[in-house]
Amino acid sequence: MTASTDNWEEVQATSREALGPAIVEYIDECHQDPAPAGKLIAVLHRVQAEYGYLGAAHLDAVAQLLRVPAAKVAGVASFYHFFRLEPRGKHVINVCMGTACYVKGADQIAARLISELGITFGETSSDGMFSLEAARCLGTCGLAPIVMVDDDVHAQVTPDQVPIILDKYLRQATAET
Amino acid sequence: MNADVAKQFEVLQARAEKVRAEQDRDHKIVIQVGSATCENAAGARDVLDEFRKHLAASGRDDIVLHQTGCTGRCSREPIVGVFVPGRMPIKYQQVDRAAVHEIFTSHVLGGRPLLDRVLDGPVEKVSRHEILYCASQRCGWDERTACGVAMEKKLRERGISPDEVSVSRTTCFGACGTKEVGKVSHLLVRPDKVLYRVADEADLDEIIQRHVIEGKVVDRLKVPGKTVGRKFFEIYGDVAFFNRQSRVVLRHNGVIDPTSIEEYFHYRGFQALATVLGRGDPQWVISEVTAAKLRGRGGGGYPTGRKWAMGAAAKDKTRYLICNADEGDPGAFMDRSMLESDPLNVLEGMIIGAYAIGAHQGYVYVRAEYPLAIERIDNAIRLCREYGLLGKNILGSGFDFDLEIRLGAGAFVCGEETSLIHSIEGERGQPAIRPPYPTERGLWGKPTVINNVESFANVTAIVNYGAEWFARLGTEESGGTKVFALAGRVRHTGLVEVPMGTTLAEVVSEIGGGAVGGKGIKAVQTGGPAGGCIPAAWLETPVDFDTLAKAGSIMGSGGMIVLDETDCMVDIAQYFMAFSQDESCGKCTPCREGTKRMLEILNRVTGGRGTMEDLDRLRRLALLVKKSSLCGLGRAAPNPVLSTLEHYRDEYLAHVVDRRCPSKKCKALVHYEINAEKCIGCTACARNCPVECISGTRKSPHVIDQARCIKCGRCFEVCRFDAVTRT
Ligand SMILES: Cc1cc2nc3c(=O)[nH]c(=O)nc-3n(C[C@H](O)[C@H](O)[C@H](O)COP(=O)(O)O)c2cc1C
Ligand code: SF4
Ligand code: SF4
Ligand code: SF4
Ligand code: FES
Ligand code: FES
Repeated sequence: MTASTDNWEEVQATSREALGPAIVEYIDECHQDPAPAGKLIAVLHRVQAEYGYLGAAHLDAVAQLLRVPAAKVAGVASFYHFFRLEPRGKHVINVCMGTACYVKGADQIAARLISELGITFGETSSDGMFSLEAARCLGTCGLAPIVMVDDDVHAQVTPDQVPIILDKYLRQATAET
Repeated sequence: MNADVAKQFEVLQARAEKVRAEQDRDHKIVIQVGSATCENAAGARDVLDEFRKHLAASGRDDIVLHQTGCTGRCSREPIVGVFVPGRMPIKYQQVDRAAVHEIFTSHVLGGRPLLDRVLDGPVEKVSRHEILYCASQRCGWDERTACGVAMEKKLRERGISPDEVSVSRTTCFGACGTKEVGKVSHLLVRPDKVLYRVADEADLDEIIQRHVIEGKVVDRLKVPGKTVGRKFFEIYGDVAFFNRQSRVVLRHNGVIDPTSIEEYFHYRGFQALATVLGRGDPQWVISEVTAAKLRGRGGGGYPTGRKWAMGAAAKDKTRYLICNADEGDPGAFMDRSMLESDPLNVLEGMIIGAYAIGAHQGYVYVRAEYPLAIERIDNAIRLCREYGLLGKNILGSGFDFDLEIRLGAGAFVCGEETSLIHSIEGERGQPAIRPPYPTERGLWGKPTVINNVESFANVTAIVNYGAEWFARLGTEESGGTKVFALAGRVRHTGLVEVPMGTTLAEVVSEIGGGAVGGKGIKAVQTGGPAGGCIPAAWLETPVDFDTLAKAGSIMGSGGMIVLDETDCMVDIAQYFMAFSQDESCGKCTPCREGTKRMLEILNRVTGGRGTMEDLDRLRRLALLVKKSSLCGLGRAAPNPVLSTLEHYRDEYLAHVVDRRCPSKKCKALVHYEINAEKCIGCTACARNCPVECISGTRKSPHVIDQARCIKCGRCFEVCRFDAVTRT
């Protein structure tokens, strides 16, 4: 029984701190469910929404509080493409590489982004501003090719629009500081 | 019949109708703005915001804003409707902030529609009336179009010009019975929203005299009640892209507000559920769905009635129902549109399904990439609970059912039913060997029925409009319609709903408008990574589960990507293989290793390093993986390769033997150069080159740095002086 180990109080406290009150509360709710382990993916979604990625400390804390083996948590987190195990930039750029976008020249858009940002898929720019990712299909294929920056969908993008789009976010950042 | 159910349903209907009556929309000018992922991507949020500002500034309280989902006319979004009582409904395309100002001042305030901005226009004039006649399977006298032709002739003979009353054809309104096939026709008079059933020319004369000239409704010929698709055509019936379609599943898309249960009630919402619970016989539901010949729309085409019967017959009484909204095929978006535009229809279908199989808990498994769809289902579930349509003792029938949303996390294989179940259980989404099938041992080991979004979305139409009608809409083996997501190199991208058995040519060429830029269609890819490419020569193939399989592809979930001469079929095969290889869960060897090796071979072929032996090996490997993989992903992954090898062997040979890519797509085999004599130094290419490897000063010839060129072809596309050569 996990609950009887000597340092359980301590482990719980550290885990609670790692996840923050909102997620801890959600996990407590999950324990009302007949099968709390089934909520693992939902919990990971919340952690990622809150922190932008799933760090080792987060995963460990989820394992402890949801009472699921750490190996399983790690296995699930790494199985699904949607979960990120590394921190990401301030803005996440998703280039749709789905069929419709591919046929409409998504590779040209990707090439332009890669050259503008100096990073490739899965990387984050050195200033921490942008992370570049490839998406499967964002469901707006009729307006292909698609680039999504955070939650904003940019439709029918052409390569020369890429610097303009990036500029918008860069200017936002300067305006904020 | 359970009278309690009927009574409770009436109470809810009255409650909803009261809310709607307070809004008093029917007497106001309605400005309708689409709101869905696609609409928003095209700029619908700005449009709505701008209308709000204009409306506030105008101080008018007889104008209301109305949000809907999307109609599926993607390439023309954002779409805005302006509905003035008693006038033809006008829809505008590609509206932006500037256009909002014009529409508001000229049309909404000034009563002058902007004819050059009309959806699928421009039009020269908006006629006072329009008569839409059905030219579907069961309408028409002798000839399907006879009634419409006669109507047009009569109008003109009486000196009524097309400016005053225009005549257009459309598809089934759902008003047809079975006894009158070929004897009657149906006409919808817009904007008056009157549907007539006519049997002969005398009926037409009466409509012209009484309705068109005297302005009175001919009650004798009027079809009472609400028929399927009619609301949709009342608004969109003049749009060519739509009036060749049958709107059954998508009948509320672009009509109702997806966040309002009151509107859903107004359009016959929950009528089907009330009928089902009122009858109190789950077996009746199963027999109706079976008689409707509904086959699963998720790709497999398994008869839904049979699946439900198996669920209902399971020994274990704890059963689950799951809606598969994972929509993994990249290039398909019909499920997203349904969930965003008419979520309550999907939920109603699920509640009916749960009743049929005796499930008390259900799940909607949605992909995390669809945040708006998730928000709309979440809202719909909340509304249903508020109205007592989910939870305990639904409509006083004694039946309990509740729903929960579960999110996917970007794994294509989780669309496969056993993986999906593992994912809901909080595990890695790896498939299990079937049998046992989920209907026997599914979620938490209990009997589970899984259906696709569109399968559930069809259920209310079957109950409300009749299984018989539904079955006859389609083919001998498969009833109803299918929604296709048309994308790629086609002029009109968007959602197309047609009866099963409609030909590919009708979908792609007639409704889709053919390939963009006047290039010829080369092939139509259906079924995504699990499907194949159907050559242009086979466009007369009727679309149905069995016919597409015969053509070497599959129906799949409805993704349809049009390819033209600029697309290389080997490249397409490689694209899908890369997808499948990346998504292979790794559980079984044939798929895990086979997709990898096939991809390597395809990389060699497109890279100009392929051999004839490679082609043989590719085929053998493809057949092996197809036969021996554990789940549908591996079993279908070879399909794009096999179908292109069969239909486009010459392209493979060109790559292997001539070291040439006929479509000039495969980068290793093409070379870009600037012809110094033709180049005028306009700098367009240099500005567009993604890697900035073109140098040159204005007005002098430019040069490509071959070492850095990534062969993206952008310079070739943008040069307007034919100075860039591609060899
Ligand atoms: C790799 C793979 C992916 C699938 N993806 C989906 C999907 O995204 N949506 C879906 O409804 N069915 C998908 N299916 C089919 C489902 O396994 C299942 O057959 C279907 O949801 C059953 O519903 P239906 O009978 O209503 O079609 C997929 C199957 C496989 C093998
Ligand atoms: S066929 Fe592929 S996806 Fe399916 S179980 Fe085997 S390895 Fe996994
Ligand atoms: S093909 Fe692309 S990378 Fe090469 S020169 Fe032209 S634009 Fe630049
Ligand atoms: S676009 Fe054509 S004409 Fe203009 S600089 Fe480039 S090659 Fe020369
Ligand atoms: S393929 Fe890009 S949005 Fe669907
Ligand atoms: S075939 Fe004309 S209304 Fe159905």
